[in-house]
Parts: sequence; C-alpha cells; structure tokens
Amino acid sequence: MSHIRLVNVTKKFGEVTAVNALSLEIGKGECFSMLGPSGCGKTTTLRMVAGFEDLSDGEIYVGDRLLSSPERNYYLPPEKRNFGMVFQAFAIWPHLSVYENVAFPLRIRKLPAAEIEKRTNDALRSTNLLQVAADSPANLSGGGKQRVALARALAINPDVMLLDEPLSSLDPHLREEMRFEIKDLQRKYGFSIIYVTHDQAEAMALSDRILVMKSGVVQQIDTPLNVYTNPANKFVFSFIGLSNFLDIVCTDGKAFVRGSNAPLPENLTPPEDKRGKKALSLASRPSEIDFVSENTSGALRGVVNRKAFLGEIIDYQIKIGEQEIRVQKGRRAPGPEPGEACSVRMLRPFWYAGEE
Amino acid sequence: MEIIRIEGIAKSYGNHQVHQNLTLSIERGECFTLLGPSGCGKTVLLRLIAGFETPDAGRITIANTVVTDPAAGIHIPPDQRGLGVVFQDYAVWPHMTVFENVAYPLKIAKRPENELKNRVMEIVEMVGMKGLERRLPSELSGGQQQRVALARALIANSSLLLLDEPLSNLDANLREEMRFEIKELQRKLNVTVLYVTHDQEIALAISDRLAIMDQEGKVRQIGNPWEIFERPADPFVFNFMGIANFVPVRRAGEAYLVGNGEQIIPWEPPKGDAPKWIAGFRPSDVQIAPQGAGLRGTVKRASFLGAMMDYLIEVDGAHLRTSIETHEAVARGLMFKEGENCVISFRDLLWFNADSLAEVVKQ
Amino acid sequence: MSTSTQKMITPAGNTLAPKSSFGVAQIMLFLSIAILVIVVAVPVLLIFFNAFWVNGEFNLRDVVKIILEPETYKALINSLIIASGTTLGSTIVGTFFAWLVTRTDLPYKTFMKSMFLVPFMLPSFIGALAWKMLLSPHSGFINKFFINHFGFTGPLFDIYSYWGIILVEVMYLFPFVFIQVCGALERMDPTLEESARISGAGLFTITRKITIPLVLPSILSGALLIMLYSMAHFGTVAVLGIENGIFNIPTLIYQRIHQSGGSFDSIRTGTVLATVLVVSAALIIWLQRKILSKGNYQIIGGKSFRPMELKLRTLRIPLFIFCLVYIGFTIVLPTVVIFLVGGLKTYGLPFTWENLSLKNYKFILFDYKVTKDAIWNSITLGLGAALITMFAGGMISYVIVKMKVRGKGILEFLGMLPFSVPGSVIALGVILAWGGKYGINLYNTIWIILVAYIARYMAFSLKANSAALEQVHDSLVEAARSCGASMWQTLKDIVLPLVRPGMLAAFFLIFLPSLRELTVSIMLYAPTTRTIGVAIYTLNEDGETVVSAALAGIALILIIVGDTLINRFTKKAGA
Repeated sequence: MSHIRLVNVTKKFGEVTAVNALSLEIGKGECFSMLGPSGCGKTTTLRMVAGFEDLSDGEIYVGDRLLSSPERNYYLPPEKRNFGMVFQAFAIWPHLSVYENVAFPLRIRKLPAAEIEKRTNDALRSTNLLQVAADSPANLSGGGKQRVALARALAINPDVMLLDEPLSSLDPHLREEMRFEIKDLQRKYGFSIIYVTHDQAEAMALSDRILVMKSGVVQQIDTPLNVYTNPANKFVFSFIGLSNFLDIVCTDGKAFVRGSNAPLPENLTPPEDKRGKKALSLASRPSEIDFVSENTSGALRGVVNRKAFLGEIIDYQIKIGEQEIRVQKGRRAPGPEPGEACSVRMLRPFWYAGEE
Repeated sequence: MEIIRIEGIAKSYGNHQVHQNLTLSIERGECFTLLGPSGCGKTVLLRLIAGFETPDAGRITIANTVVTDPAAGIHIPPDQRGLGVVFQDYAVWPHMTVFENVAYPLKIAKRPENELKNRVMEIVEMVGMKGLERRLPSELSGGQQQRVALARALIANSSLLLLDEPLSNLDANLREEMRFEIKELQRKLNVTVLYVTHDQEIALAISDRLAIMDQEGKVRQIGNPWEIFERPADPFVFNFMGIANFVPVRRAGEAYLVGNGEQIIPWEPPKGDAPKWIAGFRPSDVQIAPQGAGLRGTVKRASFLGAMMDYLIEVDGAHLRTSIETHEAVARGLMFKEGENCVISFRDLLWFNADSLAEVVKQ
Repeated sequence: MSTSTQKMITPAGNTLAPKSSFGVAQIMLFLSIAILVIVVAVPVLLIFFNAFWVNGEFNLRDVVKIILEPETYKALINSLIIASGTTLGSTIVGTFFAWLVTRTDLPYKTFMKSMFLVPFMLPSFIGALAWKMLLSPHSGFINKFFINHFGFTGPLFDIYSYWGIILVEVMYLFPFVFIQVCGALERMDPTLEESARISGAGLFTITRKITIPLVLPSILSGALLIMLYSMAHFGTVAVLGIENGIFNIPTLIYQRIHQSGGSFDSIRTGTVLATVLVVSAALIIWLQRKILSKGNYQIIGGKSFRPMELKLRTLRIPLFIFCLVYIGFTIVLPTVVIFLVGGLKTYGLPFTWENLSLKNYKFILFDYKVTKDAIWNSITLGLGAALITMFAGGMISYVIVKMKVRGKGILEFLGMLPFSVPGSVIALGVILAWGGKYGINLYNTIWIILVAYIARYMAFSLKANSAALEQVHDSLVEAARSCGASMWQTLKDIVLPLVRPGMLAAFFLIFLPSLRELTVSIMLYAPTTRTIGVAIYTLNEDGETVVSAALAGIALILIIVGDTLINRFTKKAGA
C-alpha cells in the first residue's frame, strides 16, 4: 500500500537540475533510503517532502493528501505536514531543557497539560532519556543529542519520519548502536522512514528499499540485497561496497587485460551484447575473488603486490598486467605472500562498457 | 638495533598522572605504533620524544644520545633532535607555498640553492604532489595538505619520523589509501616510524610492531599485528582490536554451561576451577548453520551490510554477533531471517576470568 | 636517497639544555607587565589613591560627601538616565534592523546592511553638532522651517534635552547591537529553526520562542557594550547638554578640571567621579563576560542552507521605505548639513549658491594655523600611537596567548584593564601621573596625549593581536621547531608573517579612531596641541560654527576614505 507518493518531482536551481522527474511510492511503515554521493539531489528531495523547498514540477502526496504542487501553486507549509524530522547537526535548542525540547511540538499543538506530560515522557522513555529530562542538552554527548532529536520527532507520533543523515555526526561505534535504535523505534511506533545518507552500509542495514541517485537521476530502486548483488549499472556497482575494475581491450575478437598480452581465459568472456565494444570494464568485488591453482578454468594470473593483515580480514593487492585489483579474504583463509605469483578467479564478474 | 629507548618516564599535568614509569624501545627501521583510546597518553609520549614536552622523570635516548633526562638536567630542544614530525591537523604553514613549506627544513640548514631545489622536487614527486609546488595550502584538499606535511618531515633525511594521528582528519577512502602510501614510503626510505593512533585498523595495516595502551597509560601488550589480534594478552586488548563477543559461561560439575541455560559449550574447558568464566571470540570465530551439532540459538537481528551479513544471536540469554560473507551466505543457504533458529559452533575461543569482564565493560 | 647521511643529534646538542629561551620568555613577560603597569595601571591606581587618600589618610567620608553634592549627584543620575535610555533604544533599533536584514525578504538587504553600519564610522560628536544645527530650539534649520512655514510658535523638537541626547546617541551607537545580532543570526544553524517548523510552529512563533532566545546573549552583550560606551561618552553630552545644564560624569570631570586649572578640589571631585566610572565599567564588563560564558550557545554547525525568510508581504514596501527614511535622516541629512554649513560664508545665511563656497575649506587646510596644527597633530599622534600600540600589543598578546611562563596570570589580569578604563578616566590618570608630581612633567605637551592614546587604544590592539595569534595553532610552531628552526627563527618565519594581518588591523583600528578622538584630548590639550576633535569642539564653542563644520567635513572625508581603504585591504587579505 503506497503511503508517500512522489510524481514526476523536479527541482531546478537556476540552470542546474538538482532532481530530475523523480517518481516513487513508499509504503506505510516502510524504511526507504535515498543513497548517493554529495550533491546527488537526495537531500533536496527530502527537503521537498518536508516542505522546505518548493518544487519546479511534479506533485507530492501523503495518502490522499496533496502536499506540494507547483502547478496548482499549492504548498502545505512544513509546520502543517505533521512529520517528524531529524537533522544531521542535531538541531537541538540549547536554551530549552531536554524535556522542553521534546514537549515543544506538543505545546505548539496546544494539547492538554496531562497529555503533553504523558507523551513527552513516553518519547523520553523510548529513547532512554528519562534520567536527563531536566538537564540542558548542551551537556549531552552527540549520541545523546541525537536521541533528543529523535524523541522530539516521536512526540507527535508522526506517520512519516524524515531522517537527514542523522548519524553522520556521530563516531562509528555510536553510529551502529543508534542505527539499531532507530530500527527498534520504527518497529514500536510503525512510522514510515525516508532516510537520506551517503553511507551505503548504513542504508543497507536499515532499509527495506534503497534508492541510488546520481546527479538528480534515479539509478536503481530495489531491496538492499538486490542492489548489492544485481547492480543496475557501473555507478551503482562502484557506489555500493568495495569494487575492482579491470580495463579490458578487445582486438580481433579476443579480449585482453590492458597491458597484458595473454588473452582472457575461456570461462571469463564478455557477454554477447558487449563483445563488439573495443574497451570494456571487468568489475568484481574484493570479497568475491578466490585464490585458485594455476590451471583452474577462468583464472587470471597475477603477482601479489601487497598483503596487509587487518584483523578480521587480510587485504591483498594483486597486479594483473599493468593494473591492480584488491582481494579480501577472511583472516583464516590461506593466501600467497608478497612477491609471489598467484591465480585468482572472480566468482561473480560483471561487465560494463569501458572508456575508450 | 634500537633507535629510541624510553626508560622510566613519568609525566603528569597537575593532579593528572599521564605516565608512570613507562619503559619502551623502538627498533631502527621498523614502523612502531602506539595504539590506545583517546586520553591514554600516547600523544603525550610522542611529544616527549619530539621534545615539545619535558618529562618529570626518566630518560629518553635517541640513537645513543640522551635527549632528555631531567635528573641530569638534559633537555635538547626539538629543533636539535633531527626528527620529522607530522601532526593531526597537518600544520602546513598557510602563508607559504607547497615548495616553501617543503623547502623550509633545508633553508634552515642553509643548504645551497640548487641542491635545495632538486631535493624538494624529488620529494614532492615522491609524495605525489608534482605540479602543485606553487599552490598555497588553502588551495589544497586535506589529503594533499597532509602529503605536504609528510614531504616536509621527510626532506631532511631524518632517520626517525613521528606521526601523530596524521590520517584522522581525512575521509574514510582517503585514509585507507594514505595508510598504504605511508607504509610504502617507510619501506622505500628505510626510516623508522613512530605512529600514534586510536584507530586499530590503521594500526594493524601499517605496523611492524604495536603497543596497546590503556586509559591509565599502561602498556598492555607489545607485538606484531598478528600476535596482537590472534594472541591478545588480556580482554582489554582483545576488545580493543575489533568486535568482540563475551559470553558468560558457568561451571556445573564437570560441565561448562552457556548463559543461563543448560547447553554445554562445544569447546575445550578452561584451565582452572573457577565457577564463572567468560568465553571471548570474534564474529568470524563463529560458524552458523541451520541445524546440526552445536549451540542452539535464535537470530535476533539480521543486518545486511553489503559484503557481509551480520547476525545477532541469542543463546540462553547470552548475546553474540557473527558475520558471514554475503556471497557465501547466499551460496550456502545461510541467509537467516530474524526470529529463525540456528546452530552455532566455534572455530576459536579464548577463556577469560569472569572478573576481567567488568573491567572491559567499564572501558 | 643515495647521499643520505642520516642526520641525527648534533654533537653540540648533547650538552646541557640551552637556557636562552627561558631568559627570553622572562624578558618578554617583564617588558609586557612594565608597559601595562606604566601606561594603564599606574594612572588608574593614582585615581583611586587621590580619591580615597587625603593627606596620607584613608578618607571615605569625603568621598561620600563629594558624591552627594548636588552637582555631582546630578551628573551621576544623568549618566545613568542617558546610558539606560540609549541602551534600551539602541537595542530595540539594532535588533529590529538586524532581524529585518537577515530573516525577511526586505529588498536590497545587503545594501541596507552596509548602510546600517555606516554610523560606526561617524564620530557621534560631529553628529551631535549636525543635529544641533538642525534642531536647536531657535536657530535649528528644521525648527526654523516649521516656525516660519507652519506657524509653530515654539520649536518642533528641542535637541538640548535628555530626549535629544538619547536620540542622537542611539543613532550612532545602535550598530554595536546590530552587528552582533546580525552575526549571530547569520551563523545560526538554519536547522534549529527548521526543526521548530517541522514540529508545527509558524514563523512568528519560531521568532519568538527559538530565534530571539538563541541570539539573546548576543543582544545583551551588544547592549552592555553600548551601556559602557554611553556612560563614559563625552562628545554628545558636551555638545547638546551644556546649554540646558545637563552634565554627565565625563562632561562634569572635564568642566571641573578645565575651569579650575587643576586645583586640588576639582581634581578630588574628578577622581571620585572617575572611580565611579571605573567601577561601573568593571561591573558592566563582568556582567557581559558572565552572559557570554553562560549563554554562549553552540548554534553554529551542520550543512548550510539559506535560512528561512519571513515573507513581509504587504509590509515589505512600507518597511523598505521606513529603512530608507531612517538612513536618510540619520546618515545623509546630518552629513549634508555639516558640508553645507562648512561652505557658508556666515552661519545663519540661507543655503543659496551665492552664500556657498569652498573658501572655508581652503582656509582651514592652508591658512588657519589652529586647524592646520590640529590636522597635523592628529595625524602624527594617530600614527605614533598606532605604531607603538600595535607592537606593544603584539608582544603582550604573544606572551598571553602563546607562551608558557610563570607569572603570566598577572599579565592576563593587567591585560583586561584597558578594556574597562573609560577615556576620561585615562585622561585624568595621565594628568596625575605625568603632571610633574612624580618628576616627569609632560603636561601641556603633545607627549601626554600620546601616552593617553596608547593607554586608551591598547585594548583594540590586544583584541586584534590575540585573535590573530589564536589562529596560529601550536602545531604550526612545533612543526617549525621539529624542522630544525630555533625559537627566534620560528618567530620570524612562521609566527610574525601569520599575525601580520592582525597587527595591521590593530594599526588601523587605532589610527582611524584617533583621528576623531575627543574625550581624551579635550582634557589634555594645550593651545598648540589641539587635535582635530578638540579643534572642531572648541571652534564651535567659540561660535566659529562654519569653520568648525568645515573641519568636521574634512574629518569625515579622512575617516570615510580611511575606512574604505581598510575594508578593501582586509577583504583582500581575507580572500
């Protein structure tokens, strides 16, 4: 059941098109992430949903309710949209106590005092802030401040929660912990989430579906696992997870790794539709490459440039022809030593058009 | 042969005792890392070696020369110690171009003009900044500024380089790239590097040896990366070096039972007869399967992280994390959903005294 | 690396640590303390001493008696009334305009903002002169206009009143609040307001409950600065108050010292009044620091978006016109009047082409000894004071900000003194210290004014220099040391080039205001050592209105040209 609906949403800043004809539907209770490099239009999209930016074209609905439509010159102001929102820099009001921060949206709505107290305390309890309710938020850590922001957004019990890189100001440990907390709160309160981030691990761990965006254009909308295992294009492949790209040159119907004169092995050939191209890019994930014996079918020959023990994983740099790829194996997996020749096999090679 | 010897160093600021009788030595040509949580005094130690701070007691010897010894009234100022130092905030002089920054140590040493020029160009190229010599630091990215700082520290041919969290202001990708570059340069130039960081991944990647320090400034373990990670001296080190599972195990007669249940832990029992123990292991030490022999548990949380699947599993009230490569999980049918039952066994496991857990939790 | 002779410790280094840097630090600390003691602390202490000790005995009863004398008591109350009124008015005006140019869709906001900062440059006593010409009860142009054309029997507005003084001070002091509040509003993280909006609050609620409370510390701190300034302000009250006998503390001090030629009684009264000023100034500064340290909210950060703009809708054009009228009335009109009167043959003639010429300007620039001397004096005094204070302040700031020396605490305390000592107090203190009582008599020479200027402007120099020094992170210095540079080399190659912009800023911050200085110079001048400010003031007192206006016009040109130059220069250095 679709809950939030964006129809052909376009945003232009002068000559620059920040978001181009974006259409999508988000289900009730879904956690939907928008992922992309900075400047890809994901934050602009979120701000249009929130009502802070006007649209250049298109419409935004929640349920049957129209929120924004430039054509009808109708914009429901942000304060009337009934959303919860959490910002990257916390945006906690330092002149109010933790309690007053959380109670603010309820006081604005002029709810009865008892109701305000109950709901504020509920939100504070859900975010483990009851003990510090009377404190000034200035004394809280980054994680604590972000909890206040979450509690404040929760207080009105919104249907839709907009999260704008809420974790990127926190240190990595805390980021992981808060990620789980957000997920738990969603389970408890049942709101839909639109989550904006540039951190792909965060998006994948949290979301039901992911939208990958580049220069205002949608690249792929799919479940995290599908985005990872079946990326729509080279950009999505490179943006999600670690990636290797080997330049492949095709001459006389044979394909070579650029800088090497041995043709690619038989089991590693470009798909039909790409064979005509002169230059191709062979993509692989460092974790999806095995060290194999020399005569394994589909194996590429290389030399170990560097081997680094990183704890849980061992990181190799393998030189193939004149190019390098990375291979990551678990700490227990056997592997060659620096300087040694080796053979590697890509478990799931992807082929993309190369730059000629 | 050792290049730095630190003997019985003590240093305090007001009432705060940072170091107390610290002794350490660093070998010539190695990359040695001081690794510890913030506030453990690792930076203070680096500053003592560089000469920016004076110890209250003890002696530091660099290349057989005593550089500081308050008892003997010796304190050689930093400019006469002949070290290269790289700082966390780059400390590139904003009013000088890249060339002038890098050339400064040679200018101070009054080297002839043409030697200076050749040497600067050589080192600028080595750190990958060729063509940017005329730029001012304000026109450079953070990573480029740190390269300038590195070049400036290297140019005087100091045999000892002190690096104080040089990568922590850079973004994740750049940090990963630069740590290998620094290692590369260290090998190529055969300098000794003393590297200070709180980031265990960098420390593992870059070091020949590392020292793990705790909050009190005490050195817990010194060893190569493999020893530190695989043979931790104590739970603190174990916990600090990566995601660690600590599962309480209690003795009932001859059997060792997990959590508050009745399942026997499938591992050799600990040596000793204490009633309560902690089993410590990494997520990668756990094997997960839909059924078979092992501890029965429930998947409480399944997180897809890209290359890895991360599971939180509950076994009789005890929680533990395990991770498995996504492609392997897909291939072997190990994509668990939340709430499903599973069976786990161990590839490796360390026994810790139950009391030691409290200390780790505190950290 | 073929030639790598590994460089390590030089053999010479393997001896006892050189103690030279220790000595240098001590010398710099001692010099810094000495400068502050001689220039600021001694004069202030002498004021306290003269106020409380009579014939070598502590005497509090006389102090109370002096304060309770009707004239001194009245002056105290007046100072309080004028300062309170000015502070209140300026705070309202400053906050309102700051909000208007940062948070609404007022047209031409950037232009408006720069115009609202213009009064910063204009000396308020010149403004007061202009308003006297416009609104003095009988001869003021506006009043005359209304009496002649609209049949008014009395003046429209009498500028020689509390209201007149307060209005004129508000016109020239409100930028203190305006600039502070503008800065806070511009730096404020827009998501602080956006999060209130998404919480359901409308724009007016947000302004009331979020925006204003968050910038309140900036508003209060600006307000206290105005309070401090107005309490100790001489010019406006001197020009507009004397007619109706309205004195405040500085004008009364001036009048007593001036009339009695330095008699014991007058000095006694002066020192008591000065003590009151110092104490209230210290109180205000203490309050300001407290507000800033307690309420200094972290409101900066995050991604930056344009802050929300309140749509003024139907009020947009009326408010725009209001701003233009305000600017026209407070900046354009007084300035034009000064230049026009400066061009008149005789004061009182109508402004017609026959009556206007550049003769007065030529006269004061080339022929009239009094004004020629004044211009020369002001420029040399300004240059001298700016140079000396820039270097002294640089050294003192360096010791305070960068050096780790024992005894620095004393210096930090002394360094705060210049901020809390008003101009007329400094002038009086300098008279006591250098009036010959202690062996050196600089009275009636230009040197006594120079010493007073140094004391008066030391605060500016300390502020600019320590701000610049704080930008020079310790690691920049340490990096140089580890590159083999000695302490002096580091100072020369790294620290000095980096603080040069700060020192230059200090130079201009002193040079430009000293061109128009009045409060200090008026107490210290002799017939040959008039400054521009003194000349304008005394010529006006002597009824030479047109000449004084012409000189004021010249001063305005000097100041505006100087300010434009410094703005250009600092913008370039900042880019």
